[in-house]
Amino acid sequence: MPTNNSNSEQTAKQEMLEVRVWRGQGQGQLKPYQVPLRKNQTVLDVITEIQRLQAPDLSYRFSCRVGVCGSCAMTVNGKPRWTCRTHVSKVADEGVLTIEPLRNLPKIKDLVCDLAPFIDTWQKAGAVFKPTGTRYDAPAKVDPDSACRRAADASLQCINCAVCYSACDVVNWNKDYVGPAALNRAWTLLNDVRHDERAATLDKVFEDGGCGSCHSHGNCTRHCPIELSPSASIAGLKRTLFTGLPGK
Amino acid sequence: MTPLNKHQSYFAAIGHRFSGVLLSLFLPVHFLLLGTALEGEANFDRYLAFADNPLVKFAEWGLVILLSLHLFFGLRVLMLEFTSWPATKHLGKGENPMIRRWSSWVIPSVIASAFIGVIFLVQSF
Repeated sequence: MPTNNSNSEQTAKQEMLEVRVWRGQGQGQLKPYQVPLRKNQTVLDVITEIQRLQAPDLSYRFSCRVGVCGSCAMTVNGKPRWTCRTHVSKVADEGVLTIEPLRNLPKIKDLVCDLAPFIDTWQKAGAVFKPTGTRYDAPAKVDPDSACRRAADASLQCINCAVCYSACDVVNWNKDYVGPAALNRAWTLLNDVRHDERAATLDKVFEDGGCGSCHSHGNCTRHCPIELSPSASIAGLKRTLFTGLPGK
Repeated sequence: MTPLNKHQSYFAAIGHRFSGVLLSLFLPVHFLLLGTALEGEANFDRYLAFADNPLVKFAEWGLVILLSLHLFFGLRVLMLEFTSWPATKHLGKGENPMIRRWSSWVIPSVIASAFIGVIFLVQSF
């Protein structure tokens, strides 16, 4: 019995986190929830706890929970973040978390956005790999120390979380702008000697809504969870006006 | 949802655009007046008398401030787009040094432009 008393005292003293979650389809609103504050708690843990124990109809996306798949990006206290690797202790504002869907994308329900416009930008920017060889050819030899390979390497491993797209001021103003992720991917392809349509990709990134629309605010680089620099990739694309295709 | 555009780079980009648009409106008038001054001694004297008007001095001061802001914010863009960026992927070191450096360029640009404006006013009166 003393143990039970001790537990109930602990429960009574449990510090709570105030969480405001965007709920609704189309026109929604922030709804308040309370979640016990725990050590080493991520924002995704908080959302999952709300969904499991308080609001089973809460919609949100996640998959890997370890920062690889890029599914769980949301707006947390006004900034786009990967929620599975964002610790509550680092982002809570005086014990309050406000969680909303990503900016610059159509809302579907609660914290889920329609990512189709984001994915479409990759096609529009020519950021689609067309191999020079076939599966029957020997693997291409790429010098790891070449300038092209180094430039591509600095921009690879984007997890397609759409955080940069959501953070971008220009995407917010100009719906024709393809955004940082697509241009970053196009830059890796321009530096990939195995890509067969480098000239076509270069043409596409300079079309309306391409790299020329970037105002170098740097929000993409500032918010990228894996610290890529889409701003640097876009600067590289702009420089090709003077240098032509990289590595040629 | 609150917009994200309360950062220095945003104000630099807006300042660059805004000063550029105003310059494109202002400079043709400026050159037109200068051009008429070349049409003879009488016209030139009339231009000089016109340029001594305090309102014209004030407008020229605005032109100098706009030119200065456009120069400094334009330099920021050139440095971001034509100098090399450090690789930061997975380093966990916080904000990219290039973004940090050229964001912090904004306030000194405004101060320098104000200083240039003061020099112009001192020289003018």
